[in-house]
Amino acid sequence: MKRFGDFTAVAGIDVEVRSGEAFGFLGPNGAGKSSTMRMVGCTSPPSGGELRILGMDPVRDGPAIRTRLGVCPQLDNLDPELTVRENLTVYARYFGIARRAARERADELLDFVQLTDRADSLVEPLSGGMKRRLTIARALVNDPEIVLLDEPTTGLDPQARHLVWERLFRLKQQGVTLVLTTHYMDEAEQLCDRLVVMDGGRIVAEGSPRALIAQHSTREVVELRFAAESQEPFAGKLDSVGERVEVLPDRVLLYVPDGDAAVAEVSALGLNPANVLVRRSGLEDVFLHLTGRTLVD
Amino acid sequence: MVVVHVVGQARFPWVPAYAVFEHYLVGLRRTWRAGVFSSFLLPVLTVLGFGLGVGAYIDQGVGGVRYLDWLVPGLIASTALQVTVGDSTWPVFSNFRWVKTYFAQSASPLRVGDIVAGHLAFVLFRVLTTIAAFLLVTGLFGALRSPWAVATLPVVALLALAVAAPVFAYTASVSRDSWLAMLFRFAVIPMTLFAGVFFPVESLPEVLRWLAYVTPLWHAVDLCRAATLGVTPQWSIAGHLLYLAVWAVAGWLLALRAFRRRLVV
Repeated sequence: MKRFGDFTAVAGIDVEVRSGEAFGFLGPNGAGKSSTMRMVGCTSPPSGGELRILGMDPVRDGPAIRTRLGVCPQLDNLDPELTVRENLTVYARYFGIARRAARERADELLDFVQLTDRADSLVEPLSGGMKRRLTIARALVNDPEIVLLDEPTTGLDPQARHLVWERLFRLKQQGVTLVLTTHYMDEAEQLCDRLVVMDGGRIVAEGSPRALIAQHSTREVVELRFAAESQEPFAGKLDSVGERVEVLPDRVLLYVPDGDAAVAEVSALGLNPANVLVRRSGLEDVFLHLTGRTLVD
Repeated sequence: MVVVHVVGQARFPWVPAYAVFEHYLVGLRRTWRAGVFSSFLLPVLTVLGFGLGVGAYIDQGVGGVRYLDWLVPGLIASTALQVTVGDSTWPVFSNFRWVKTYFAQSASPLRVGDIVAGHLAFVLFRVLTTIAAFLLVTGLFGALRSPWAVATLPVVALLALAVAAPVFAYTASVSRDSWLAMLFRFAVIPMTLFAGVFFPVESLPEVLRWLAYVTPLWHAVDLCRAATLGVTPQWSIAGHLLYLAVWAVAGWLLALRAFRRRLVV
């Protein structure tokens, strides 16, 4: 639990992350994801409840725990006055790693995140994707057992995102525990073995991506767009089709077990949508269903 | 491919704050040129302008001492003050607000005390190297009249701690960088003008004189002047050192508290 004055950022969450798994915290802005990450990173003492990291108490054993953690914050905080390599070697020294070992480690990691040819460049002119990869490399400098990633690919272009995912997947294969937050449903589906959806400082759902979809959504979704000012009048006629109907300003969503069958039912009702899309249900549907469509900020 | 291997350990006992100090030294390798002007050339120009220029109109000197010789120790202390405050304001503010270095550091095993101590050590290093170069140049001008002049180094080191520690606390607590310029306007400049750098505090009216005594700068000026002229200071040496030490210790405690408030939330 985490309170800031009268504001409760994290009201009460109960999760257990197992060693070697990739665990995700999903939720809209203000759900309490970053507060949770900072508590796990031992830089923010919980206001209540019990928190154990690697079997230790984050308030009492902060430095000992942080020695075995890697932290990739939401906003890059690299040192722009240092080179790419220096950012790693200097940070390695914070963990008591000897100079020579720090250099070797930096070279390995630069190779791992594909920045070897920029090793002696200053950080400032690097692209967002390169800085992000360097921040991830820095989080690995101490061979951490757990890596905390707060929105690791926010703001990256698709190429950079895929490269980051691929590297994180490799870490997972090596047995590193990954704990990440994200708004991207495809990221959560790609990387997480298990995840929780947070909203308003609480957990609203928990499970594997597949189990969450099975539990909170249907197998398929049909998106209908009617050529009319309002979609509302059509929606009323569709109540009999599928398990749930959702009306948006520009389209109607039908949550159904079988998309094609539902489309046939829609035509049988004499309705003629301008546009029909049948797709598989995804985490995004679960997410929007659980946390609502209203903007939070 | 990341090969999982046992991380090599340092041969010497690892001092976390030293790793922080090292970080700033690596940065300095790239930025020292910019600092040379403000922290070194400027005071040398002041020596030339005031010491030789103004000094030419002051026939009898100050208390029988040539004005240049009398001024140089004051400039040693005030230069140390300038470098200290400069290095304890914008760089500290940036480490919280812009570059966020402190947050990166606090995610590592470093404790808040290591983060503060490592940065303070760097400020100390900057002050000592600046003043060492300053002594060298003024020595060549023949403005240092006693070998005791080397004692100005520990004095400015103590002054630097006495000023940097509370300024760290101040910078950590302010929300906008315009507060930093205010510190120069309302503390550093008046202190430099009235704490006996350019003229003896005895020339000031009683009230202002006491204000000068309150500033840490005057205590360092009196000690530095005694050292380079080879005379006894106006006040007791122990009294001066103790007064500066009180500022340093109180400042250290305030800085720890202010940093903890920002980094551990």
